[in-house]
Amino acid sequence: MAIVPKPERHADRDEKVSPGKLHATQYIVVLVLAALAAGMWRLQILGADSYRVLAEANRIRKIPVLAPRGKIFDREGRILVDNYPSVSCYLLREQGKDLNADIPLIARGLDLPAEQIQATLRRYASSPKYVPIPLKQDITPDEQAFIEAHRNELPELETLDEQRRLYPRDGFAAHLIGYVGELSAEDLNSSKYDFYEPGDVVGKSGVEETYDAILRGTDGSRDVVVDSHGKEVGQLGQQLAIPGHDLRLTIDLDVQRAAEQSMEGHNGALVAMDPHTGEILAMVSRPTYDPNQFSVRLSKDYWSQIVNNPDHPMMNKTIQAQLAPGSTFKIIMSLAGLEEGVAQTMHVMCNGGATFYGRFFACDQRHGMVDIDHAIPWSCDTFYYTLANKLGIETIAKYATEVGLSQKTGVDLPDEAAGTMPSTAWKMKTQHEQWYAGETISVGIGQGAIQVTPLQLARALGGIASGGALKRPHVVFPDELPPDMLSAVQSTFPGSGDRVIPITPENWQTITDAMAATLGPGGTAGAVHLEGIDFAGKTGTAELVSHSAGAKSLGTGNERANAWFVGMAPRRNPDIVVAVLCEHGGWGAEAAAPLAAQVINAFVNKQRKQEGNVLQLTDAPKPAASPAANPNGVPTASVTAAVRPSAAKAAAVKQP
Amino acid sequence: MPRLSTFRDFDWMLFSLVSLMSILSVLEIKSATLHTRFRGFDHRQIGFLLVGIGLMFLISLIDYHRLADIAPWAYGIGLLSLVAVRLVGTRVMGGKRWINLGGGVHFQPSEWVKLILILAIARYFWGLAGRRLHWLDIAKAFALVGVPMYLVLKQPDLGTALTYLPVLAVGLFLGGIRPKQTAVLLLLFAILGGGAWLSGKRLKTYQMARINSFINPDTDPRGTGYQIRQSLIAVGSGGLWGKGTNQGTQTQGDFLPIPYTDFIFAAFCEEHGFVGGVGILLLYFLILMRLIENAQQASDLPGAFIVMGVAGVLLFQIVVNIGMVVGLMPVTGIPLPLMSYGGSSILFTFAALGIVMNIRMRRFVN
Repeated sequence: MAIVPKPERHADRDEKVSPGKLHATQYIVVLVLAALAAGMWRLQILGADSYRVLAEANRIRKIPVLAPRGKIFDREGRILVDNYPSVSCYLLREQGKDLNADIPLIARGLDLPAEQIQATLRRYASSPKYVPIPLKQDITPDEQAFIEAHRNELPELETLDEQRRLYPRDGFAAHLIGYVGELSAEDLNSSKYDFYEPGDVVGKSGVEETYDAILRGTDGSRDVVVDSHGKEVGQLGQQLAIPGHDLRLTIDLDVQRAAEQSMEGHNGALVAMDPHTGEILAMVSRPTYDPNQFSVRLSKDYWSQIVNNPDHPMMNKTIQAQLAPGSTFKIIMSLAGLEEGVAQTMHVMCNGGATFYGRFFACDQRHGMVDIDHAIPWSCDTFYYTLANKLGIETIAKYATEVGLSQKTGVDLPDEAAGTMPSTAWKMKTQHEQWYAGETISVGIGQGAIQVTPLQLARALGGIASGGALKRPHVVFPDELPPDMLSAVQSTFPGSGDRVIPITPENWQTITDAMAATLGPGGTAGAVHLEGIDFAGKTGTAELVSHSAGAKSLGTGNERANAWFVGMAPRRNPDIVVAVLCEHGGWGAEAAAPLAAQVINAFVNKQRKQEGNVLQLTDAPKPAASPAANPNGVPTASVTAAVRPSAAKAAAVKQP
Repeated sequence: MPRLSTFRDFDWMLFSLVSLMSILSVLEIKSATLHTRFRGFDHRQIGFLLVGIGLMFLISLIDYHRLADIAPWAYGIGLLSLVAVRLVGTRVMGGKRWINLGGGVHFQPSEWVKLILILAIARYFWGLAGRRLHWLDIAKAFALVGVPMYLVLKQPDLGTALTYLPVLAVGLFLGGIRPKQTAVLLLLFAILGGGAWLSGKRLKTYQMARINSFINPDTDPRGTGYQIRQSLIAVGSGGLWGKGTNQGTQTQGDFLPIPYTDFIFAAFCEEHGFVGGVGILLLYFLILMRLIENAQQASDLPGAFIVMGVAGVLLFQIVVNIGMVVGLMPVTGIPLPLMSYGGSSILFTFAALGIVMNIRMRRFVN
């Protein structure tokens, strides 16, 4: 202990510390404590209000409560679209933590690419900090466990219970129902989404899109008290979520099911409608897609599979396919011819075609002498070439426009196509050329520039069969909508709407009887005759290869003719009209008519079961044109043979 | 030497102030641990306090001259124990500070070395009493404090090591350092500190990180910046009157880090406001003034040195801790004397007060 010298007590030196120094220490104590008190003054008196706000922000967290979307039912209240509970992961940014540092860990735990998280963060950089960022939807139990286990390290992760859309499987009614998806930044630029926020889930197609305002509810929120680990320890207040309204569609699940089954494996569309009201009973487009894939995360594989499919699975072909109607157009031709007083007295000799303006136009058979009663069931082209030539394009266009062609029907579904009805004015406008009389001839059999959608055809032919009463097609009952919603929908989807075109009763009877004869012995679709059902209709085979050469040809592959059929039951004032399109299906009677027959059969059987009135539909008059009364001497034997399915081929040969 | 010391001369005033402080401490620890897994620490604190008070009475019976006499020996043993910690100490979260004595009792030599240093410095300057300090005297004083300080820094325990500094400062100040010498020393420190800063050896930052991870073994994933921020929010949001006992959202919501030890003053200020916080400062003021008064009345030089050493250490801890809590000082991890939870801190404080009591009881001896 050498460094510590031994003190000598009572030595002749100062035995006291100088009082001045001790006094000075008192001042030091006062000064130092005053400085500390000043620091407290700064925080607790001057900064109290702002620190109080920070303390509140610390412990109170606004947690969104998502409103469940309304369910969708068929006309009888059977469920089409339901919700299922699911958990989503959100990222909170209120804690002022550097989130970028956590990205690798989050990316690993949630199985997300780090770049994607960074991109999401950037996307939300300009939105207020209290807005939670949706990170991943429909997370797995494993991912949920990861979030729970990392509450301390990753307090910014928050899970949220949500209700997710559960659509029918296998793309059932997919085009009609549509799907929901998250709003993207680009979507928000559209004025349509003025009242939405990024990340909102909205209907993006079909009924989901049209009726989004009804189906979506109003999200609520809860102010919860949390501790520093983000653990909820209490609740201050809440704003309840208002669930979306349920929606009842005009769709009949039984008819839809029959339609889905009949269209299985085909490429095309089928729409069934009640012509009395315009209520759509079934709507099928093929190929279809799985909307469930869209409601969570669309996988790249599935998306490329969809966009690379040449048959356009995302397209609702009932309202978006614009194609030549082929011979189904002959009904509209017949209407024009009869109403103009031309067709009643017309007798045309069919020798397998005729020459107009120096060019030969072929018919697929030699029908002999044909009048209007036979022209429809036999679908004689020669008759309609002649009729078209007599009427002229302007008259044809007038009637076609009256029954709704070249206009949207106004169906309450997004992105309906209008189709095309050629006329002199149309040609001048689009091609700056004169209309040549020779062009009118092919229009007479529904070829050329004329384009229709299946729904337009169903409405037009169903309307003619209903004595000229055309209805606005719709998938939701208008009287079940709030008035403002109804007017909003009708102004969003303008169309030709409800309209009555005058049809002389005799002409109406002539056309409808002839359509029934189409399904009768000798008719083009006699093979699909439904026993005991007053089934009427018209086939169509729209050629895709040019028939300017004068010869008719079905074509092959992508150039194979489109098969059409529009059928209804009963023949006059029908309860159902079904339009079927089979793209590249070939003959309308072979490919399309049986599909419509299945749907009508299902519909009528159901109707009879419900009404207990088996006789109602069979009361209709027998087809007026029986083969025996055929004035044109067509061999009766071959026509009667066509009634039996075994002779379907023979009957099919003669349909254009 | 006649035995005139009696408990009649015991500093009951100081004892009352300290007891009041201890009661506030227990109440705040109770509130701050109410919703945590440290619930019940207030009871353990009461236990520490009772042991501390007992220790204080015991030590007050020992003549401080005898303590000063054995100071050189104690100093040697203290250094040995610090070395022993390095050799056989228990490593907890990267720092070797404890010697496990078995039976759940852990011995932390650095706290006792603090007490020994107060005695040793008093003894040293007693020996120099009245003489003008030469540079050699000053250098010896530095060595006296520097050696144990270096050993503690190496544990590493920056917080405790820093508390050795006021002992040296008080010794030099009272021992008669001249203004010129003070100026030269300050200049020297400025150059050394600046040089260390420029050469990139930011010892403090490095130490702080190590210490923080030790002080908060529950892991502090959010850094010292977060701690300070939460502390400022706690103090500031308390306002004039505070949010009330058990009502501090920062304290109860676990936003405030370790609200029962290092940040107990923030918890107290949140729940009892500026008024409560200033009340605590006032109590400290009275305690420190009482200590200085005791130093003035001490019968001889070593008595005054010891009392002032204790006062210096307490003031230093108060300034560094409260300064940290209100954002005037960096985070160092020094507990607030008489407030923070913890056995070592309490036992040191009460042992030191015990010596002060003895000095007061003997003030009329000469």
